[in-house]
Amino acid sequence: MPTSVGIGNFRRLGEVLTVLRIAFIVAGLVGVIRSDANAAEPLEESLRELASPDSDVVERRLNELAASGNAALIPALEALCDARLRVAPDGAVYYTAPKERTLRHPLTGTIVDPQPSGTHEVEVNNQIRRQALPVLAELKLRSPAEAVRMAAAQELDGRGDAESVAILRSAFKDEQVKRVRDAMALALARWDLQSTDPERQIAALAIARALGTSSLKGELKRLAGATPDASIRKAAAQALDDIESRQHFLDAVGALFHGISLASILLLAALGLAVTFGLLGVINMAHGEMLMLGAYATYAVQMAFERWLPGLVRYYLLAAVPVSFLATLLAGVLLEKTVIRFLYGRPLETLLATWGISLGLIQTVRLIFGAQNVAVANPDWLGGGIEIANGLVLPYNRLAVIAFAVAVAVAVWLLLQRTRLGLQVRAVTQNRAMASCLGIATRRIDMWMFGLGSGIAGLGGVALSQIGNVGPELGQTYIIDSFMVVVLGGVGRLAGTIVASLGLGVINKFLEPFAGAVLGKIVVLAFIILFIQRRPQGIFAIKGRVEA
Amino acid sequence: MFARARQRLLEMHSARAWLGILAATTVILLLLPLSNGVLAPSSALHLPDYLVPLLGKFLCFAIVALAMDLIWGFAGILSLGHGLFFALGGYAMGMHLMRSMAGEGVYRSALPDFMVFLDWKTLPWYWRGFDSFPFALAAAVVGPGLLAMVFGYFAFRSKIKGVYFSIVTQALTYAAMLLFFQNSAGFGGNNGLTDFKRLLGFSLHAPTTRLGLYVVSGLTLLFSYVACRYIVTSKFGRVLTAIRDAELKARFCGYESTHYKLFVWTFSAALCALAGALYVPQVGIINPSEMQPSSSIEMAIWVAVGGRGSLAGPILGAWLINAGKSWLTAAFPSAWLYALGALFILVTLFLPQGIAGAIARLTRRRS
Repeated sequence: MPTSVGIGNFRRLGEVLTVLRIAFIVAGLVGVIRSDANAAEPLEESLRELASPDSDVVERRLNELAASGNAALIPALEALCDARLRVAPDGAVYYTAPKERTLRHPLTGTIVDPQPSGTHEVEVNNQIRRQALPVLAELKLRSPAEAVRMAAAQELDGRGDAESVAILRSAFKDEQVKRVRDAMALALARWDLQSTDPERQIAALAIARALGTSSLKGELKRLAGATPDASIRKAAAQALDDIESRQHFLDAVGALFHGISLASILLLAALGLAVTFGLLGVINMAHGEMLMLGAYATYAVQMAFERWLPGLVRYYLLAAVPVSFLATLLAGVLLEKTVIRFLYGRPLETLLATWGISLGLIQTVRLIFGAQNVAVANPDWLGGGIEIANGLVLPYNRLAVIAFAVAVAVAVWLLLQRTRLGLQVRAVTQNRAMASCLGIATRRIDMWMFGLGSGIAGLGGVALSQIGNVGPELGQTYIIDSFMVVVLGGVGRLAGTIVASLGLGVINKFLEPFAGAVLGKIVVLAFIILFIQRRPQGIFAIKGRVEA
Repeated sequence: MFARARQRLLEMHSARAWLGILAATTVILLLLPLSNGVLAPSSALHLPDYLVPLLGKFLCFAIVALAMDLIWGFAGILSLGHGLFFALGGYAMGMHLMRSMAGEGVYRSALPDFMVFLDWKTLPWYWRGFDSFPFALAAAVVGPGLLAMVFGYFAFRSKIKGVYFSIVTQALTYAAMLLFFQNSAGFGGNNGLTDFKRLLGFSLHAPTTRLGLYVVSGLTLLFSYVACRYIVTSKFGRVLTAIRDAELKARFCGYESTHYKLFVWTFSAALCALAGALYVPQVGIINPSEMQPSSSIEMAIWVAVGGRGSLAGPILGAWLINAGKSWLTAAFPSAWLYALGALFILVTLFLPQGIAGAIARLTRRRS
């Protein structure tokens, strides 16, 4: 039975948790005993003497602190170097966090209460700094926190002196996490490439090739150009080649990914446009403003959550999807009922009237929300990304937009192909008079499809708010591209719209690096104009008789 | 010979209408300049100097409205690309104005200021020849005309029409705007071309030069109107109207509709470019914002308000809307977009034939 299995699982999970908890407590106790009984007292003593005016004493104390290897010392030592370490009249030392005035305990970092008075800054000179920095680096490289070790490795890489390299080399041997190891290997390889020892250089070249990062390109170029040893010159050139071709490949993959995510937005914008254009033969110039309304609805939902449901803010996006859809659907239905329906059969006038509507919508949004862009935040679960290779990160928000667009396209396809409403829509698209004779309420279909088209654009607005700027003129920037998708994809064909938006999105992003965004747009436009020479009905023309 | 000319003139307009045109021409080209140039500034009927370039600008817009009406009203093609032709004509004139003041810019260089700023050493090839006024004027008309011809050839050949044509022309204009925004395109980027000093040796800041430009614009409008009227009342014009109303039937009767549309499209673009060339010295600046999709659509609303297919109506529409715009953007800045938006909706819903259509209906009812 599923329930018993579930309970069994829970029970097992509970056991695991208990074991873990005990393990934690034991580890914690050991830690406390070690640091408290053996280390903390002398450490604090040593820290106190850092305030000593005698620099020999300070030096000795620094060496003791380094030997302790305790990561809790890092903030205090950092404070010492930045002249943020303060000493009280009783000799106790405290530090303040950067840009703060409150005193903190040197080892625990907790704010001391009550705040001791009469503290003064611990004098620090460059000699002490020079001695403290390697100690600090050593402590950081051995810190239990991965991020601290990573940052320290990168910092030392930037410093690039013999002392830093020596510290790195010894830490590298004990490092376990691959990410940090790679960062350390990079720094070591950079150093060794600059050395004059051929053996070291060859070993470093192998590492550089294995890492494949472009940050070593400068050193490799110098090595490939000016080294007496021909074999090293050749190996460096080869490594450089490797890295560059890898970089090109990664750039291409990145462009493809960006193209697909742009295509998803275009798809969401153009889907509704294609459906209404196919059905009614009118171009809705206010369609871009539906994107804008959807994005602003997302913003409004975010504000509402911040004010009334602050605990659930990270889930505001889930609520924004239906809210934006319904809001824009309603706007679309209203638009159809009040304006569009009186202009059927006059497509050019519809174009002008809907342009007028878009002006009104833009101005209204400007008056309510201001002319500036508003800040729509990514929820934390959409922050970050998957690093699929060194230097190529696929951000979660863009992945989510792609998945969302696919889901909407599938839903629209199901609606058009598998429901009664979809059947009627297709019938009206093919032959309005005949469909009407067969008893289909064509006017009602028009209204709902117009609303649905606007609603899909509203969903596009939600997606857009996660990867782009949200401002009153947002719709204007996407509308022309989505018109081009409709022109290219043909009217009323879902497959055409999908292929056209993918094509336009990807071509745009591929042209951008070497042609620039503008020239890319012009090339795409020229391509479209030439394309409709051959296939005036778009990629997937409806077969059979189409009204001219 | 004289009798035939008279006959043709009467085909274009009734005698009463000609009298009306004469009256309008007298007011625009004689009385207004006289009131500015001759009457003392203290006189109540004096036209203040600052209004002259504004009225001159309106005359240029009227030429644009004529060009739009010619293809929309008589060929049924709604272009959203006339802002491009207008701006290209303006840029050609602007380039001449920049060249004519070589060495007098902020940097005292032979190159225009923005090129010095970009650290360019030589003039790009497409700026050559613009030192000469006749060349610049010819380029202002022929360049955009050629662009229109090539674009139109491909578009009409593949039977792009209706809203398809509108949005493709809009995309063309948009792409051109992006191009002109680029500094590297060599047209001054964002700021465009401005700070002009003189045209053919006359200072552009002198009131007499401004009055002169106003009169030239008025004359151009008059000739454009007569030319357009001539075209639409000729046999060519009637075929064009036939194509507008039933393209397939016209084709079956043996008229190659592509050629007719291509000619009128190119003519309209060139006319629009001429208006742009006259506009730039009067407003003293040309920049890529003239190519915004919204400016082209505003041109369409002048025609829609005035009344498509009437030639005189769109001129009136252009004047009314621009007068309203000048007043509203100064008096109630945030209301202007609402007013314009409402105008788009109300005119298409309730005045499908525009002001001209409404007047015609009223007079018909009375008679």
